[in-house]
Amino acid sequence: MLGIQPELLAEVGAGRRVVLVSATNGKTTTTRLLAEALRANGTAVATNHTGANMPAGIAAALARDPEPEIAILEVDERWLPKVVDPLNAELLVLGNLTRDQLDRFGEVRAIAEQWREVCATHPDLRVIANASDPHVVWASEPADPTWIALGAPWRSDAATCPRCAGLLTWSADRFDCGHCGFAQPDTPHRLEDDVLVLDGERIPLHLRLPGAWNRMNAALALATAVLHFEVPIGRAVSGLAGVEVVSGRFSTRRLSNGRNARVLLAKNPAGWTEVLRWLHGSEAGVVLAVNAHIADGRDPSWLWDVPYELLRGLRVAASGERALDVAVRLDYGGVNCFVEPDPLVAAARLPGPEVDIIASYTQFTHLTKRSW
Amino acid sequence: MTGDSGVRVGLVFPELLGTYGDRGNAIVIVERCRRRGIDAEIVEVAAGTPIPDSLDVYLFGGGEDDPQVMASAGMRASRDAIDRALGGGSVIFAVCAGFQLLGHTYEARGGETLDGLGLVDMTTAAGPSRLIGEVVVEPDASLGLPILTGFENHGGRTRLGPAERPLGRVLSGGGNGVDDLDGVLRDHVIGTYLHGPVLPRNPALADLMIGWVLGRELEPLDDVLVEQLRSERLEAANATGWRARLRDLRLNRG
Repeated sequence: MLGIQPELLAEVGAGRRVVLVSATNGKTTTTRLLAEALRANGTAVATNHTGANMPAGIAAALARDPEPEIAILEVDERWLPKVVDPLNAELLVLGNLTRDQLDRFGEVRAIAEQWREVCATHPDLRVIANASDPHVVWASEPADPTWIALGAPWRSDAATCPRCAGLLTWSADRFDCGHCGFAQPDTPHRLEDDVLVLDGERIPLHLRLPGAWNRMNAALALATAVLHFEVPIGRAVSGLAGVEVVSGRFSTRRLSNGRNARVLLAKNPAGWTEVLRWLHGSEAGVVLAVNAHIADGRDPSWLWDVPYELLRGLRVAASGERALDVAVRLDYGGVNCFVEPDPLVAAARLPGPEVDIIASYTQFTHLTKRSW
Repeated sequence: MTGDSGVRVGLVFPELLGTYGDRGNAIVIVERCRRRGIDAEIVEVAAGTPIPDSLDVYLFGGGEDDPQVMASAGMRASRDAIDRALGGGSVIFAVCAGFQLLGHTYEARGGETLDGLGLVDMTTAAGPSRLIGEVVVEPDASLGLPILTGFENHGGRTRLGPAERPLGRVLSGGGNGVDDLDGVLRDHVIGTYLHGPVLPRNPALADLMIGWVLGRELEPLDDVLVEQLRSERLEAANATGWRARLRDLRLNRG
């Protein structure tokens, strides 16, 4: 079932302190930021830094780096329950659960149930979890986690209570179920814009990574480094501040015509919405590169859940194997675009000094491996 | 049309029934009205509020199991308003979970049974597997529509009562999952398992419903881009040989 033997995972993980980081969005970045926070304190860390987050990738990363006692590992959310025991994990760091590739994974609630089962059956497992995400709260509750309120910019996948299926009520910064009392847990740890508040202490984040979503990733990583590993705050912050590119995300590349293109990954409606909010008002040209392979989700219906109207007035190209789905969506959203399936050709055709290429998963992996 | 305010397109319980880009169906209806100079607006009916009887089109979308329970309760509580609207000539377009709720009951895998609106004589039970992939449907000939293209992702098996008519015949894919039919068609009520969403891919279906509301024929729009998308999706589904199947069906009908 693991694709590899659980004994192999147990072997490469033996004697290590294993931290598993999982979420729908941000797990690769959170993992990298946590690893850098520890390294900034002089701690050696083994990690699957390329984002290979299924058992074979995890085993390979650990086998490649046998010395460090601490392993910080990103895990695919569906695989998390299956690797906790073989790796004898010490800590789970849980970010968010939203819709992702529904035709492959099934429903958000089903994943939350599986996580909850893990938390309920592992009394020694420590958990640091996002208090602002109803599904993460539902999943983590049995472990009595350390909560950090990261905020909930994407609420569309959490309309109903994970406990009783009643309608959740959202105020500016918290959720409540009027039916069963399930509610956002109170916590002294929270993210306020670009300041992480830990037990009343205000810690400004100094990130080079862009966007509100990376502040959430950073807050989760920083809280874990400080609260669980007792890294001095200043060192942890400096470790995070050194990160500019995470496994190809946010990297800037020079195009054949001498201009720059920045490559961003957006895998699902929540991720796309965050990227579009960040792009809104930018002067750069935008290439939207979408495929619909299994790793992207075979059904690009989600294009209609994303507020592409934010791109009105920008210079936009519809690209990828599903360029026509993108173009029809943009047309109905009042966004002018041209269709060019090859994102690099599209990027070179856009005028202006800069281009952002926003890519679905398989487009992204193709682009970041491709020679420019 | 119920008033002077233009075509009112109701997105019913979007927090609960919006899993598969269902808002896209509302966007397409409204935009295709506006491009013809017809006033139109999306009216969101928030979960927990009653469904009004004043809308011209009611869109019921797809949803996960728990939200479907909530949606069912809300719809049944507003049954009178829905009946009044239908009696006044309004249109219901229901997709996936929303389609299932048109019928008498939905039986989940655990065996618990959820009551639907009972607007049409049909029942749905969760099947042993999910039906996922491109779907091609030959719509009921009375509608005068071209072939329908969509994407399905559902575990439902829907059985129509003997007097009910399907939206069409499945040429490729699963559809209702118990025969070679998809959806239901009764007066101005349409149900289907197709999403993608379905109306961006099938603008003629959107125009059919707008025409019902306005009571007149509509002038065509420039759909060059959509036609390219339709060709691409129909070609992608043709690995299953649906074109040959359509040819056989038509030959057999003489």
